Amino acid sequence: MKFELRGITKRFPGIVANDQVSLSISTGEVLALIGENGAGKSTLMNVLYGIYRPDEGELMVDGKPIHFSSPADAIAAGIGMVHQHFMLVPVMTVAENVVLGVEPTGRLGSLDIAEARRMVREVSDKYKLELDPDAVIEDLPVGVRQRVEIVKVLMRDAQIVVFDEPTAVLTPSEILEFFEIVRTLVGAGRGVIFITHKLKEALTIADRINVLRRGKVVGETAPSATNEDEIAEMMVGRAVQLVVDKHSAKPGDVMLAVRDLTVVEPDGRTVVDGVSFEVRRGEIVGVAGVQGNGQTELVEAIAGLRRAAGGSVTLAGRDITGDSPRERHVAGMAHIPEDRQKQGLVVDMSIVENLVLTRYHDPEFSSGVRMNWAGAKEKAAAMVAAYDIRTTDPSQAASTLSGGNQQKVIVARELSRDIKVAVAAQPTRGIDVGSIEYVHAQMVKERDNGVAMLVVSTELDEVMALSDRVLVMYRGKIVADLDPRTVSHMDVGLYMAGSRPTAVSS
Amino acid sequence: MSTVAGPGMVVSAEQRKRARNVGFAYLVLAMVCFFVFTRRPGDAGFKISETSQFTLPAQGFGWALGIVLVAIAAAQLLRGLGKLSNVVLALATAAFFMSFLAWAAAGDSFSFVGMLQDTVSRSVPITLGAIGGILSERSGVINISIEGMLLAAACTSAIAASLTNLWLGTLVGVLTGMALAAVLAVMSIRYKVDQVIVGFAINFFALGITSFISFRVLVPNRDTMNNLLPVMPIRIPVLADIPFFGGIFFDQTIFVYFSFLAVAVTTWGLYRTKWGLRTRAIGEYPKAAGTLGVDVNKLRYRNLLLAGGVAGIGGAWWPIGIVGRFDQNITNGRGFIALAAVIFGRWHPVGALCGALVFALSEAVRLKIGNFDTGIPSEFLIMAPYVVTIIVVAGFIGASRAPKAAGQPYEDQ
Ligand SMILES: Nc1ncnc2c1ncn2[C@@H]1O[C@H](COP(=O)(O)OP(=O)(O)OP(=O)(O)O)[C@@H](O)[C@H]1O
Ligand SMILES: [Mg+2]
Repeated sequence: MKFELRGITKRFPGIVANDQVSLSISTGEVLALIGENGAGKSTLMNVLYGIYRPDEGELMVDGKPIHFSSPADAIAAGIGMVHQHFMLVPVMTVAENVVLGVEPTGRLGSLDIAEARRMVREVSDKYKLELDPDAVIEDLPVGVRQRVEIVKVLMRDAQIVVFDEPTAVLTPSEILEFFEIVRTLVGAGRGVIFITHKLKEALTIADRINVLRRGKVVGETAPSATNEDEIAEMMVGRAVQLVVDKHSAKPGDVMLAVRDLTVVEPDGRTVVDGVSFEVRRGEIVGVAGVQGNGQTELVEAIAGLRRAAGGSVTLAGRDITGDSPRERHVAGMAHIPEDRQKQGLVVDMSIVENLVLTRYHDPEFSSGVRMNWAGAKEKAAAMVAAYDIRTTDPSQAASTLSGGNQQKVIVARELSRDIKVAVAAQPTRGIDVGSIEYVHAQMVKERDNGVAMLVVSTELDEVMALSDRVLVMYRGKIVADLDPRTVSHMDVGLYMAGSRPTAVSS
Repeated sequence: MSTVAGPGMVVSAEQRKRARNVGFAYLVLAMVCFFVFTRRPGDAGFKISETSQFTLPAQGFGWALGIVLVAIAAAQLLRGLGKLSNVVLALATAAFFMSFLAWAAAGDSFSFVGMLQDTVSRSVPITLGAIGGILSERSGVINISIEGMLLAAACTSAIAASLTNLWLGTLVGVLTGMALAAVLAVMSIRYKVDQVIVGFAINFFALGITSFISFRVLVPNRDTMNNLLPVMPIRIPVLADIPFFGGIFFDQTIFVYFSFLAVAVTTWGLYRTKWGLRTRAIGEYPKAAGTLGVDVNKLRYRNLLLAGGVAGIGGAWWPIGIVGRFDQNITNGRGFIALAAVIFGRWHPVGALCGALVFALSEAVRLKIGNFDTGIPSEFLIMAPYVVTIIVVAGFIGASRAPKAAGQPYEDQ
């Protein structure tokens, strides 16, 4: 089976998101779709999935035109999609989410939940996804939620499966598992469209690579015929520095000191277990670890979003353990949260408002009860330009931005002020290579200006490239303090898995 | 080793705080027992059938309960009650209520069973209104116009039933509820007008038009257009002979049976059917359902119409189920109480039924207590259900969360 998009154009107010785009996908192959943030990848896939109706152009199946007026039509035609931002009902169980829309029913339209469970188990066993059908979505880590999304698609017997940035939220080992799933799918005669910002991944798994820039297809290539630098250049339109460019750090005074920090979940589990470390002015300390080993909770406790059960956090010599997030902000702490839509942004507010969200009370933006919107807009425009946030109008809602551009709004807001300490969780999640280069450069610049940086990332490459010191977190504890210049990726990986490199075993 | 929390003991600071608050609440109740319920001498007679009654010595019962409550409070404050706490709470509340009745009726007697029978009957419009509210909000549409639907349906069903028969009257009530629901649906789903504002408008419209009809049409034509014989209770054989409970639950009008059936069917529907799964999904995260090919807005339309129909039967209860005519503003805010019952029951039909029974009970008590000279202004008794809601929801039930998408229009592109 072959799907074709021919001359698709999709306009949003003030922007042409897709401009005469044509591409095709056949069963049995993997097509990687690559492009900058806001290039129009998600929009194009939403057209293919029947969520958006194109303004021009048409869809063809095996040479015959087809028309989708809703996702239901696309599903019926054999298309499945795993969205960039998950489409799961948080309060419902895995089984309920999976069968939604294709419910197995008994008499009188009653829901056959036993059958639903069985269906989930069957698919999950077949592709080794290890899902518990009765788990409630909101209790699950993102990696597992993604597997739920995958089961949803497989259950509908999709011939073509679209993955919109699936690996952005996955850990390295989960990514390998994901590739296995993709290979199984292709082996079973399905076609896969795979969107990613990680060029290495595209080179690993794809049969063909299509590059989009500013709504247009700018190139098609195959992994065998190209390399990372070439794709990056095709995407951005200039040569991109793929390694972080920095001098060695000149650490100064301790700016952030964490002592015996312990965080206990409401259910009594200890998730951060007596963690102590220091970050000095002028250094970047990375925290590596497999997702779910307490990094999220550690960051939230440092940022004041969670109460510590024990221990202390000190910022520039001042104990801030009991301070509110606002007090920490004022004291000079920046925080880039892990979940951009839940914690980083108010997606229904404008881009300008989001950009001044943590500083609206500064004299620069308000006097007394009055907001100085002119000043805010000016500042926002400067940030939009500096971070290359792709928008036609910063007074539009943040939700109209592409995923990566939403992330850039947060990074811009947090780093563009006078700070002493920055705590960044997954700072470049979902950002394209050109912008990663800029964000990394910005972080190194802040470091050189004397900011103490704590970077938590499940992206081992990022932690190793950016950090001057790497801490490894495992089961709520810091199990290693390493120098990224001397330690190998392999060894860090071993620490992350809870074991030790054999050379130092006792 | 340091002390380790044993099973059933409270762990988090949050839980400890709640346990402490509950402990203090018991102390307050105990004080009420000691200083109020022991003030009126004499025995109170509770009639539990035509012929039999039991008596409670008001003062003795007050003292005894007070002491028990102090003991419970101590246990609660010192070590927490763990798993038992909800059971204890329910028993203590029931005993407190009995003590209150004994105090009020001290030296006299009243029909306890009659009061409870009245409670069940009065719960009908609240329950049906609440089910209408649940159906709407579970699908993601805030519906504060239940009051208007009850009122308008009461009016039209009274007229239709006077002119034709009770069945057609009820049917007209259903259609009236659906018509108002259709207005809410079109305005909020299609035109994306703020749902609370549309709801308000519907309530005021219903109040205005029914008042007009009442004065201009029904008063002059009282005998022909607003005069009917309400339905009679139906005794269910065997079940109605169960001592005490038989009379309360199984010697009621068809409206009562219908409201219980509606609760059962809605519960089963919401949690055990394909329709329910989709309904809950579109109320929580409509995009998830929409991207799986569920037609979100169509389902919202359907559920709103259903909600209007159920509320319409609730409205028809006044003329056809109990009073036999329509009076201006006969619903008098029951639609809003129904919404409180929805929250009380955490958007679950059975919970809402419990809420409706609590509210109806306080109404029935007010009517009975009015006969005794207790010195409580009746306004306070009218306030009681609301106070109960606030205390129960805030203090004991804990965070009660509305369906997440309630109030947000769904955009398909
Ligand atoms: N609903 C919308 N309303 C207005 N503009 C939109 C809307 N959705 C997307 N856009 C705009 O269309 C362009 C393409 O967005 P799209 O989400 O397709 O980008 P993307 O390639 O997926 O980027 P990313 O890699 O950051 O996810 C962006 O400029 C975005 O701001
Ligand atoms: Mg995207």
